[in-house]
Amino acid sequence: MCQVDEEYNGQLEHRVTPRVSKKCVKCKENTAVLIIRAGDAFCRGCFKEYFIHKFRAMLGKNRVIFPGEKVLLAVSGGPASSSMLSQVQEGLSRDAPKKLRFVPGIIYIDEGGASGQSMEERERAVAQLESVFRATNYHYHIVHLEQVLSLPSSVLDAGSSATEKPQTGSSYKAAVDQFIQTKKNQHPDLSVENAQSHLSSLSMHEVENGVTSPITPEHTQALQKLFASVRTLTAKEDLLHTLRQHLILHTARTQGYTKVMMGDSCSRLAIKLLSNISLGRGASLATDTGFSDPRYGDVVIVRPMRDYSSKEIAYYNRMFDIPSVFIPGLDTKAQDKASIQHLTESFVTKLQTDFPSTVSTIYRTSEKLHTACPPQNTNTQPFAKCLLCVCALDTKLEEFSAYQATLISEQLSQRRGPASSASQGQCCSSGGGQHQGCMTGEGGCCSSAKSTVDLKSLLCYSCRLTIKDMVNALPQYILSEAERRKRRSQMREEISEFLLDEEEDEAIPRVNGSL
Amino acid sequence: MLLKQLETDRGGAELLFGSVKEHHVTLPNQSEPWDMKQLLVWIRGNMLKERPELFVQGDTVRPGILVLINDADWELMGELEYELQDKDNVVFISTLHGG
Repeated sequence: MCQVDEEYNGQLEHRVTPRVSKKCVKCKENTAVLIIRAGDAFCRGCFKEYFIHKFRAMLGKNRVIFPGEKVLLAVSGGPASSSMLSQVQEGLSRDAPKKLRFVPGIIYIDEGGASGQSMEERERAVAQLESVFRATNYHYHIVHLEQVLSLPSSVLDAGSSATEKPQTGSSYKAAVDQFIQTKKNQHPDLSVENAQSHLSSLSMHEVENGVTSPITPEHTQALQKLFASVRTLTAKEDLLHTLRQHLILHTARTQGYTKVMMGDSCSRLAIKLLSNISLGRGASLATDTGFSDPRYGDVVIVRPMRDYSSKEIAYYNRMFDIPSVFIPGLDTKAQDKASIQHLTESFVTKLQTDFPSTVSTIYRTSEKLHTACPPQNTNTQPFAKCLLCVCALDTKLEEFSAYQATLISEQLSQRRGPASSASQGQCCSSGGGQHQGCMTGEGGCCSSAKSTVDLKSLLCYSCRLTIKDMVNALPQYILSEAERRKRRSQMREEISEFLLDEEEDEAIPRVNGSL
Repeated sequence: MLLKQLETDRGGAELLFGSVKEHHVTLPNQSEPWDMKQLLVWIRGNMLKERPELFVQGDTVRPGILVLINDADWELMGELEYELQDKDNVVFISTLHGG
C-alpha cells in the first residue's frame, strides 16, 4: 500500500470536474468564474464579498485587536501579505460598514543579502514596494536583514504582557477599556486621528533620516558569512525565519506597536505545521500556527489570513489588481528535496490536487491545538524560554522521555573517540578532528567548544539542531544574551538557599522590617 | 492561425520564461483545434527557457500552478480538454513558495 510510485489510476474516484454547474452557487444568476474548495463555483461579485467578509469575520471572531491600537503589518511583497494589506485598507476605509479601527503601519524586510541578490535587484524591489506603500498612506518601515547584526540583546527578553488574554465577550470589553485607560495616561492629548496624522508627517522624515540606515557591503558580507556557516538549507531557512522575527519584534517594540499581523495563508500554515513537526518544533505548534502568538509577551502576532487558501488569494489578487512583487528567496528553483520545508510544500501541494480537502483538514486539526497559558510566575519565566525562538523550552523533561533517550545515544556515540568530559580539551591537541570549531585556531577552540555546550541548555530542541555547526558566527546580540542568562542562572544557584519560597510570602514583610 | 496572449504572472513563474510576463503567441495551424494539452506541450517545447519540470509535470501543469482562461478558472472549462479559441487569454499563476 505505501509504495513510492503508486498508480491509483482507475481505482480511486478521481475528482469530478464539475462541468454542469456553471452558475454561481450563491446568487445562482451570474456565471461562475472560479471554484473554491471542493466544488463551490462563485461568480466575481459573490467571490469578492466572500473574501472581504472572511477577513472581518476572522478579526471579529478572535477579538484581540483593540480599537485605536497600533498594528504592524508584515508585508513580504508576496501575494498573501499584499492581499492582507489591501484588506486592511478596505476595512479601514470610510465607507465600509462597521469599519475596523486600528492604526496600521507596514514593515518590509529586505532579505536580499541572505538569498544572494545583487544590490541593484534589491533596490529595484524596494522601490517597487515603496510605491505600493506610499499609495496606502500608512507609515512604513523598510528594514534590511543586515540590521539584525546590530540589534540590542534586549530583543530576546520576553516582555510582560500588557493585558490578560480575553476569554469571553465581557472581558474583551474590559480589556478594551483598560487599554484605552493606559493609552490616555500615556498620551492625554492625542486622539487616534491626531496620532495618525502625527505619524504620517513623521514617515517621510524618518525614512530619509535613516530608519532604513544605509547598508555597507561589509554588513552584507557579514550576513552572508553567517548564512554560509550553516550547512543545510533547512537550517538556513529556519535561521532566516528566526532572524526575521527578531527584526520585526524589535521594530514593533521601538516604534510602539503592540500587535503584528503576518500574512500566512491556510496552505502556507498547513505546510508549516507539517514541516515544524519534522523540524522538532512539535511542542510549539499551537503558537506557531494558531491565530494569535503570545510568546513575546508585549507584542502579539496575529495571522488573519489563515483561513484563505493560496488559490483564493491568487485569484483575488488577479481579479482585483492587487499589486504584489515577487522576490526570489532562499529556495527559489531549488530541487524538491533541498530542504524539509520545500519537500513538505511539494508533498502537500501534490496531495492537494488529487484530494482537495487536504489543506483544510490539516488546518482544522491545527485549530484544535490550543495554547496553554504560561503560568504567570515571573521568577522562572526568563529561563524557561528558548534563546532563539522564544517558545517554551521543551527539553527539561523527566527521566524517561524520548528526548533523554536521544541524548544518551548521542553521548554513547561520542564516547567512541576521546572521553566525553575531556572531548573539548582533546580536540585541540588531536589537531581538530571532527569538531568544526577547531578551525578557528587553537586558542579559540576550547572556548568555542565550551560555548556550544553552554548554548545548548538555553535552546529548544530544534534550535539546537539549527545552530549545531555555527556558534561563533552567531550575531553578537544572541551571544551576549546567552552570556547574561548563564550568569543569572549561576547566580541563582549560588543564592538559591537564601531565596524564599512562595509559601513563606507572609514572612517577607517581617524580614524587610528587620533590615 | 490562433492568436493567444499568455501571461505568466507573479509568483515567480515568469522566472522560467526569461522574466517576461506577457507573451503574444501565434500557434501554427493544424486540422483539429488546439486543446490545452497540446498547448502545454507546445509551451514546453518552444517557450520554457529552463527547468521544465518546475512548470509541466507529465501531461498537466505542476501542482500549485493555477491556470486561468479568459480570467476564469480552467476547472470550469474542462481543464486539459478545453479547446482554444482565437484571441484567448491564458494566465499561469504560481502559488508555490519557490519558483
